[in-house]
Amino acid sequence: MKRIKFSDHVILLAGVFFMVAPVALAFLTSTHDAVTIYKSGMQFTFGDQFLQNYETVLTRAGGFTKEVDGLVMLKNSLILGLGFAIGKIIISMLAAYAIVYFRFPFASLCFWVIFCTLLLPLEVRILPSYEIVQGLGMVNTYSGLIVPLIASATGTFFFRQFFLSVPDELLEAARIDGAGPWKFFIDILVPLSKTMIAAIFIIMFVYGWNQYLWPTLITTEESLFTLVRGIKQIMQVWIGAQIPDFNEAMALAILAMLPPVVIVVIFQSWFIKGLVESDK
Amino acid sequence: MVHARLVRFGGAMKKVQFNTRSVPYLLLLPQLSIVAIFFLWPAAEAVRSSFYLEDPFGFGATFVGFDNFIDTVTSSDYARVARFTTVFTLLVTFLSLGIALLLAVKADKVLRGASSYKTLLMWVYAVAPPVAGLIGVMMFDQHVGPMVDFFALFGWEMQIGVNYFDTGFAMTATAIWKQIPVNFIFFLSGLQGISKSVQEAASIDCRSGFRRFWTVTFPLLAPTGFFLLIINITYAMFDTFGIIDVVLKGEPGNNPVTLVYKVFLDGFRGNDLGGSSAQSVILMILVFVLTVIQFRLIERRVHYT
Amino acid sequence: MATITLDSVRKVYAGNVEAVKGVSIDIQDGEFIVLVGPSGCGKSTLLRMVAGLEDITTGEVKIGERVVNNVDPADRDIAMVFQNYALYPHMSVYNNLAYGLKNRGMAKGEIDRRVKEAARILEIGEYLDRKPRALSGGQRQRVAMGRAIVREPAAFLFDEPLSNLDAKLRVQMRVEIKRLQKSLGTTSVYVTHDQLEAMTLADRLVVLNKGNIEQIGAPIEVYDRPASTFVASFIGSPAMNLLPVSANGSGLQLEGGEGLSGPNTYGRDKYTVGIRPEHLRVVDAGSSHPDAGLSLDLVVNVLEPVGAESFVYASFAKGGPEMVIRVSNHARYQPGEKLQLIADAQDVHFFDGGNGKRI
Repeated sequence: MKRIKFSDHVILLAGVFFMVAPVALAFLTSTHDAVTIYKSGMQFTFGDQFLQNYETVLTRAGGFTKEVDGLVMLKNSLILGLGFAIGKIIISMLAAYAIVYFRFPFASLCFWVIFCTLLLPLEVRILPSYEIVQGLGMVNTYSGLIVPLIASATGTFFFRQFFLSVPDELLEAARIDGAGPWKFFIDILVPLSKTMIAAIFIIMFVYGWNQYLWPTLITTEESLFTLVRGIKQIMQVWIGAQIPDFNEAMALAILAMLPPVVIVVIFQSWFIKGLVESDK
Repeated sequence: MVHARLVRFGGAMKKVQFNTRSVPYLLLLPQLSIVAIFFLWPAAEAVRSSFYLEDPFGFGATFVGFDNFIDTVTSSDYARVARFTTVFTLLVTFLSLGIALLLAVKADKVLRGASSYKTLLMWVYAVAPPVAGLIGVMMFDQHVGPMVDFFALFGWEMQIGVNYFDTGFAMTATAIWKQIPVNFIFFLSGLQGISKSVQEAASIDCRSGFRRFWTVTFPLLAPTGFFLLIINITYAMFDTFGIIDVVLKGEPGNNPVTLVYKVFLDGFRGNDLGGSSAQSVILMILVFVLTVIQFRLIERRVHYT
Repeated sequence: MATITLDSVRKVYAGNVEAVKGVSIDIQDGEFIVLVGPSGCGKSTLLRMVAGLEDITTGEVKIGERVVNNVDPADRDIAMVFQNYALYPHMSVYNNLAYGLKNRGMAKGEIDRRVKEAARILEIGEYLDRKPRALSGGQRQRVAMGRAIVREPAAFLFDEPLSNLDAKLRVQMRVEIKRLQKSLGTTSVYVTHDQLEAMTLADRLVVLNKGNIEQIGAPIEVYDRPASTFVASFIGSPAMNLLPVSANGSGLQLEGGEGLSGPNTYGRDKYTVGIRPEHLRVVDAGSSHPDAGLSLDLVVNVLEPVGAESFVYASFAKGGPEMVIRVSNHARYQPGEKLQLIADAQDVHFFDGGNGKRI
């Protein structure tokens, strides 16, 4: 029997407060006007500027940026998140399938080449990466934004782990049933991986959506800005501003976190399963 | 990236495999070409240029051997950044692990509201580091930040962006806040993975809940803990870039930065290609060592499971 | 329907591990062959080589008149039932059965007819729309069988198909597999480590040990005349009693002990002597039986009633191996009680004391 004490709930509630309060405060602040915030700090109540602030951020160009409004940035964030997640899943499933289910010369070399991408985060090779992408003329393109991020092989290893856990007999049964490599992949392996694909999709979507450094370097044209990239713009506008638009900045922050948070909360169990199991 | 740089090598072979010749290469082609162009090439480039001194006006480069490394390692600025990075990493790692462990143990214990607690404690995972940084900046802002008002009660006049210590404090607090959910998720699932019968056996053998935790639960969680340790160190060193950049508002001035941020600054702002590359290579070696340690630890993980 | 011929089939794994050491078997059309042996004896490897799931290092496998060494499993005209069933978890029972037929480009109507027919035979008609996870172990087993039947193959290959079932279901399915195989008349190769399953199912048994064939024969023949001590101890439960004995003039003597007498029929120095538990009879203490093949003086350790019969575990006064004697369920022997036992000459098996082969 576990005895549950009152103090357990107190500690948990304190933890919840610590995690939730900053964002709650940011949200409440985003519903007031800039002058109020400037005069009396972040707000603890729901203000009367909710619709107005969010409408401004979503539809008016030239707040923090000069040309684009929040909706365009939202669209770009979606393209980055979806493009990254889908691209990564397709490419890494194919590669993992080759590594796990085929015997071929140089198999282990291919494996190690892919594996070594796990050693170096983008941040430590950022300058040459930028120069190469620039040299290829991919600056300010969606492909320049998305494809280099796919280079890290995390997805390949998730799928490799999963494929290794699929019983060998399924392949044997399928071979006796006359399924070749493509048929086995499409008819058996992909349907079997559905949950895994969903879990990795969520993790990758959030990861892509939340990219900051790379979009900051690769997209200098505002029409390609993502919401998270837009945060950088706020900072540059704030410096030297008389009364910073705290309200709109917080509204932008809330918008930038809303889609990934909603997805993670709704698909919580898949997401946790993907995160925890693939790390084993 | 928070999730895994982890691979299991044992039993990595299927009993039966296809023998088709061309198909596997076709399957690997997209991945391999992306890796070659956007990973191997830049990584090699970083190593190469760490041995060269680039002419600032674009008139070629001279081979300088290890000069860039020597300059980097001996500069007082680098030492200062390395010191801050170490302190920052230690604080972020241990505080976020500690808080997450406490919360996970409690969340594992309660029945009523367990899933609500879980959701409320994990959702911050999805918040982007720079967004967390922006909220952090607001919380610690000199004019509007409630945290500044709060600490003023104790006579601490925080000056983010001006005072070295205060800025570092805000960065650290934000980085910890952002990292708690991941640790919480792993600890909680680790706890839930401990078999009920083991816990029941422990509750028969040991009366004190506290003792039981340290002698039974904690050792069983140790594999998860080791694993998270590496994950957290990697996070604090690399993934906090967005937080730091936003807290500094892109203007580091005299404020604390981490090693990774300095690579970025020297490369893109300072135009010191060789020095920046040398720093990259040093970090690469560091990550490599961490990864090797991680693999050693996995073997231990296997023992428990 | 077809014969299956294995000619000096060998399997060597990486690292020079020889799993199968030159095995030759001629399987008749319609025959039910059971490969039996302890784990690691090579029986599964052998079956998988017939299926085409394992490469054949040397030797030849023929199905019908065709050498299939380099033929893809799908083209060997065989069907296999796996230990863990290997049902496709995301497909309905119907599609599990139909998948192999679809891949062969069979017409929809014919597929439907065959699936329905197999479902009728196996009584799984009402589960056709379900996914495998919604079925019990026994039902999954039937689906796995169904997947083999619909193919109407030249041969069925079974890889320990019953070992995941509970004891009662195992007996039931055993009977059913036998009946099904007889009515379809399809050549079958069945792998198991369970000697009882092997005895009850087989037309002919192939007993394997360490990659070699120890004996091939009809179950009762193998039971009555085991070719080696290995077969003697593997087939039959409780196992045959095996005693190391040496010549003592014209008689026999237990190695390192007394309490055993009998004629040295084959005139050699060392033997292993085998007697099945049911062939030992309790006689009056001190009585003389000059015609007996073997006479033993034992002390009862424990009496184990199993219902229809009882087993006495007993040993020699001076130690030596413990013997098992099958007695009537009315027997009431006490621990410590002394027994004299005899076995008829035709029930005493003599094996070479060195290599364990039957003499």
